[in-house]
Amino acid sequence: MSKVSMVLNGKAVSADVEDRTLLVSFIREVRQLTGTHVGCDTSQCGACVVHVDGKAVKSCTMLAAQADGAEVLTIEGLAGDSGLHPIQAAFREHHGLQCGFCTPGMVMSALDMINRHGPGNLDEQTIRHELEGNICRCTGYHNIVKAIKAASDQMAGMAQAAE
Amino acid sequence: MYETNYHRAGSVADAVRMLTEAEDGKFLAGGQTLLPTMKQRLAAPSDLVDITKIPDMKGIREEGNQIVIGAATPHAEVAASALVKSRLPGLATLAGGIGDPAVRHMGTIGGSIANNDPAADYPAALVGLGASVTTSKRTLAAEDFFIGMFDTALDEDEIVISVAFPAAEKSAYAKYPNPASRYAMAGVFVARHADGSVRVAVTGAGQSGVFRVDGMEDALAANWSPEAVAEMSLDSSNMLHDVHGSARYRANLVTVMAKRAVAAAG
Repeated sequence: MSKVSMVLNGKAVSADVEDRTLLVSFIREVRQLTGTHVGCDTSQCGACVVHVDGKAVKSCTMLAAQADGAEVLTIEGLAGDSGLHPIQAAFREHHGLQCGFCTPGMVMSALDMINRHGPGNLDEQTIRHELEGNICRCTGYHNIVKAIKAASDQMAGMAQAAE
Repeated sequence: MYETNYHRAGSVADAVRMLTEAEDGKFLAGGQTLLPTMKQRLAAPSDLVDITKIPDMKGIREEGNQIVIGAATPHAEVAASALVKSRLPGLATLAGGIGDPAVRHMGTIGGSIANNDPAADYPAALVGLGASVTTSKRTLAAEDFFIGMFDTALDEDEIVISVAFPAAEKSAYAKYPNPASRYAMAGVFVARHADGSVRVAVTGAGQSGVFRVDGMEDALAANWSPEAVAEMSLDSSNMLHDVHGSARYRANLVTVMAKRAVAAAG
């Protein structure tokens, strides 16, 4: 057992857990944040993607202990007081989900790619390539790609308006 | 996963001590192979020594005519490095094609080469560029470091500290990824150095891991063009054959990837 502490969605949390505890188990079972999903459990599907220190990672393939001292952001930390995050809103607007199981990971990967490429700098080909680690078995990806493109462009507009 | 004890090392000496004190310890880098293996209970180390927070093992720098990459540097950082992109574009392409974006944020160059998966990408770059590997004990040429499938020259308590790549005049990497796993079915790294020497290193296809193709190196040294290797057929007797592809299929993929790599290098 070790004490693991992190800043989870802006809030300092800590718990004594077995060293083998995966980050996704810490988030879902210890912290009861069940928005982060476990799909394949073999690092293929991306349903468990969260951000650790600002970078997308598969939380089923990382120990909670590895994230000790880190800032972790999950799907629950995205929406602000004023409502859905622009990426969440775009997924709703463009029907970027059907069953919704992969959606938390898709949204977190979308935010990661927009952060890295810069808002407004994503084209369809780049988005599809960037989504290699996220599997959706319902949509055929078309509306997910559209939603991410729309969110990226909208966030570029918001960044411009803020300047 | 069986229970294990997690330790975080602050220095290389610290890490070696922690491993020596453990009953059956393993170094943990990005964990993108080790943790899935432990989850399947194919590995059950009593202790994990996290070596990714050691300052000496991080970052990318230029030293003379070499690009030196710390062993704990994740693939995403190598792929995005302006220095790597300008001096060794083939290496940047290779790092940017490993796994997927989330895996690239965790997986490290040191972890990848220490594991020496026969379908991993990095071994092709190390052998293709004639890199040297500095460990906690010594410095080795890449070809002496990789011994065979999942086998390296590393001792149990030896840590990869950094990898030094000589800058090449031209370099490129082309791989045919397995559609599901993204591991290389065949990946070919080509490099031409300022003295005109050429190296061709292949990963994913060989039964004993990374290997060089002398015939292609000679042909490309004489004529640096995709046509020089386009008609070459490789002996398939030492190629991998499994559910993903036969040995002959892989031998053919090597030729196709070599052609593409030379074309990409320009």
